[in-house]
Amino acid sequence: MNYIHKFENYLIENLDIKNPELKESRRGFGDAIVDLGKTNPDIVVLGGDVSGSVRTDMFRDAYPDRFFSVGIAEQDMMGTAAGLALTGKIPIASTYGEFATGRPFDQIRQSIAYSEMNVKICASHCGFTVGPDGATHQSLEDVGIMRILPHMTVVTPADYNQTYKAVVESTKVNKPFYIRFYRDNSPNFTNPDAPFKFGKSDTLYEGSDCTIIASGLMVWESMMAMEMLAGEKISVRLINMHTIKPIDKEAIIKAAKDTGCIVTCEDHQKIGGLGGAVAEVLAQEYPAPVEFIGASDTFGESGKAAELYEKYGLSSRHIAEAVKRALKRKK
Amino acid sequence: MFPNLKNPVFTDIDDLNEMARQIRRDIMNMLLISKSGHSGGPLGLADIFSALYFNKLSLLPENPNYEERDFVFLSIGHVAPVWYATLSRRGFFPLEELTTLRKVNGRLQGHPAPLKTHGLPGVEIASGALGQGLSIAVGAALGLKLSKKSNHVFCICGDGELNEGQIWEAAMTADHHKTDNLTVIVDRNHCQIDNRTENVQKLEPLADKWKAFGFEVFEIDGHNMKEVLDTIDAAKKVKGKPSCIIAYTKMGRGVSFMEDNYKWHGVPPNDEQGKVALSELTSTKFGDFIDYYKDK
Ligand SMILES: Cc1ncc(C[n+]2csc(CCOP(=O)(O)OP(=O)(O)O)c2C)c(N)n1
Ligand SMILES: [Mg+2]
Repeated sequence: MNYIHKFENYLIENLDIKNPELKESRRGFGDAIVDLGKTNPDIVVLGGDVSGSVRTDMFRDAYPDRFFSVGIAEQDMMGTAAGLALTGKIPIASTYGEFATGRPFDQIRQSIAYSEMNVKICASHCGFTVGPDGATHQSLEDVGIMRILPHMTVVTPADYNQTYKAVVESTKVNKPFYIRFYRDNSPNFTNPDAPFKFGKSDTLYEGSDCTIIASGLMVWESMMAMEMLAGEKISVRLINMHTIKPIDKEAIIKAAKDTGCIVTCEDHQKIGGLGGAVAEVLAQEYPAPVEFIGASDTFGESGKAAELYEKYGLSSRHIAEAVKRALKRKK
Repeated sequence: MFPNLKNPVFTDIDDLNEMARQIRRDIMNMLLISKSGHSGGPLGLADIFSALYFNKLSLLPENPNYEERDFVFLSIGHVAPVWYATLSRRGFFPLEELTTLRKVNGRLQGHPAPLKTHGLPGVEIASGALGQGLSIAVGAALGLKLSKKSNHVFCICGDGELNEGQIWEAAMTADHHKTDNLTVIVDRNHCQIDNRTENVQKLEPLADKWKAFGFEVFEIDGHNMKEVLDTIDAAKKVKGKPSCIIAYTKMGRGVSFMEDNYKWHGVPPNDEQGKVALSELTSTKFGDFIDYYKDK
């Protein structure tokens, strides 16, 4: 990708784009809370019988007195977390994305968001990539239903490094957070030493013809799309929109002004998620053509992650095509 | 009004009963002004609120975040008028503010909103959507235990509210973690919105249910001040498991035509009904915050 200029230092040094290091983003969460637990005695973690899966087992084993098992009871988990927050603790409530948001929505709304409780909802197993488990476990609505809640900060880090960083930083802010990550191994490519600020996106590559705004695993998928476009002399800007709320309006407006068209990419419904958020900003501030990559108002199904990305239109090939469509729509 | 001392404000049962009656008068006056809100549940809980806030709780009205405070969670947010009247009488905010129930730009929201959101001292967290309070109470109890603190946590639940599954999730969590710094008070008035509780969904044998969920259970007359006071003490002494006080109360207690009638769950009195209600609830030495009928 030598035709585009790397911007600042958001990517790790000497990134081997053909052969990146693979790491689980959920492990970034697990490592972060263990490290936080070392220095901050107020960090407490709630378990919903999926501790091995969401990587809270390491915290449980390291600090058993600060780990509270509540059973398979996500509504109770959110309420208990709120109560712990009232006593000055920083509770981390973690389970799968669907069960962390869909099941306990009313509990999160009343006891955490409206009540402004310092609870960090950390959701693993999000998006299509839980693959074979099928549609019940593929959380494709979580960002949307957390984003519509007042007082909620919504973060969708791109990889292990950024998940680690987002979790650590969230505990320094006395506000409710929703942080989304994934089960499977994925490329670990963001620079752990790069600046990180909630609500301030990372421009990974500069470009002037089109901007891809991506979140989570789709950031890497977008980089692959840019590889595909490399021969076609299309200059693409790539933004890692790690915070969905508050969204980085400035970067979105600037992208529309500088490049004239946008492609949004997310492993989530197009409705309500990153795509919706970007479109809201543009409609209000600087209308420009947008192409959306994500689930098209559909549930998923069983299959390998790559097969599902292909079938539901989320693969790098689809992103590259969307860039071309967006370019054609430019005035 | 009352000195900013730690409790108790009143040790005399007669004073506590009189305060309960004043709280009932305040509830009626608030609802007459707002013309919107719940009569039945709040009237039924006045004795328990008087006992808690004027005798049993550790609190400092001028500092709602007082470190040594006992925590109160009102899981049934719709009975807010009894809480607001009590908090105001106890000095958490001025009595005049009771005229603002359910009014725009006010702090006395239809269902309780916390200090941080709407700025009402004494309210820890929002409630209104039923079934959530016990989980929060268990969380607070766990947090206090972890910090090796001796504050007690009270959670007030409705009987109809116990239809909610989350209550029993929370009960299991309380049992599992042996939160003996937690006491649930169930307002057993046998009434909910659609009908009497046993007609909406069978709840009995209720004491056995709580026992089976690992709680030490007390059953009391929720209008007998001495019994209320003694049982709160007994519940606080329970070791190794959470406690549950099933308080048998009457919805609409103190106003003859409201008593034990589920139809008074969610409506305010009209001016005529209010007049009768206030004449039945004899005035007290504490005085009303308003003379609603003065210019009428
Ligand atoms: C989750 C939820 N569902 C429904 C309601 C509507 N609602 C408010 S109070 C109530 C009845 C509660 O009965 P109970 O707990 O016995 O209170 P009481 O009528 O005795 O005051 C209902 C169904 C609600 N507030 N929250
Ligand atoms: Mg009832």
